[in-house]
Amino acid sequence: MKTLRGLLTALFILSVAAPAAVHAVQPDEVLDDPALEARAREISAELRCVVCQNQSIDDSNAEIARDLRLLVRERLVAGDTDEQVLDYVVARYGDFVLLRPPWQPNTYLLWAGPPIMAIVIATLAILFLRTYQRSRNASLGPDPLSPDDRAELDALVERVAATTRTGTGPSSTFRAELADGLRHLDHPENSEDSLGDDGANTGPDSNPDPDRDTHQ
Amino acid sequence: MRRLIVILPVAAFAALIGVMASLLTDSERNNDPSRLPSALIGQPVPAFELPAVTRNLPGGFSSADLRGRVTVLSIFASWCVPCLAEHPQITQIAETGTPVYGLNHRDKPEDAENWLRRHGNPYTAVGADLNGRASVEWGVTGVPETFIIDADGRIIYKHVGPVTPDALNDKILPLLRGTRGG
Repeated sequence: MKTLRGLLTALFILSVAAPAAVHAVQPDEVLDDPALEARAREISAELRCVVCQNQSIDDSNAEIARDLRLLVRERLVAGDTDEQVLDYVVARYGDFVLLRPPWQPNTYLLWAGPPIMAIVIATLAILFLRTYQRSRNASLGPDPLSPDDRAELDALVERVAATTRTGTGPSSTFRAELADGLRHLDHPENSEDSLGDDGANTGPDSNPDPDRDTHQ
Repeated sequence: MRRLIVILPVAAFAALIGVMASLLTDSERNNDPSRLPSALIGQPVPAFELPAVTRNLPGGFSSADLRGRVTVLSIFASWCVPCLAEHPQITQIAETGTPVYGLNHRDKPEDAENWLRRHGNPYTAVGADLNGRASVEWGVTGVPETFIIDADGRIIYKHVGPVTPDALNDKILPLLRGTRGG
């Protein structure tokens, strides 16, 4: 347990300390003037190591990165501004050495691409959501129970209650009627005979439709 | 409107695939990401001055030597294996009569001398770039590299990597013939 804790502590210290150690600048390269050296480090971080491609010359141990670091310092000591140093290197290695591409005609698309894509995607997403919502509203339609349906259901329930009270028991005719009514509520368009027409003049014991007496 | 929402992303994706496919299959374009466009094409030769590698080798040369006639500059080193592979082609260039200058990149002078003695020295002059400083002026990213410089002292072509027989016959020799003729 103790060794594990020690190991974890060591790992933590390493993970915190390691990023500070990745710079490749050798002691013999460092300039005496700390201000110049700081500028050199800043410039170096902007310059790509052309053989490793995704490292800056400040991070790379490649020989050419070292050559370029020395060149940057040489130019700074000679009195160049930061911009002049970068221009000097770009004149020899092209825009490619800049890790941050400049804003110029051939990079407009590069820089503008991501924001344009974000706008296009956001617009499409909004359009899609709107259309989706509209179509969903249309398919849901109005409340399936119209006031007529509601009244009819109430009447049926009332009749069931009445039958139970009088003690005659629900007849099969009535059960069939109830089933038909519920079916009618579920699929109003499929039902040929609307319950509203015959529901009023059908008593508990009458058989309004010959089709329905199969249950009797 | 709804159809547009369906079609637009599909069309955009198809266009992207198309662009990528054409970039991948276009053989004229150099799509090798390790090949960088040279910023120096069309530029005058950079200022530099190199000492001779050893007393036994002809050399020491500077920017001034690369003006007045068409020349070729070859960046090489004895430790560089592809340089040995391209050496017959470099020799062939020299045999056409075009002066070829050798920039000996970060090499030990005695190693360079031995290497040239063993494999032949096609160079009009060899200069030692011990610390790679002159190579930086030439925008060199690795060895070997080969430059063609016209009579006005302008860089007109850069070849990265070993000059293969194909590169020699298809690119470099025609270019040299063209510049001399015109």
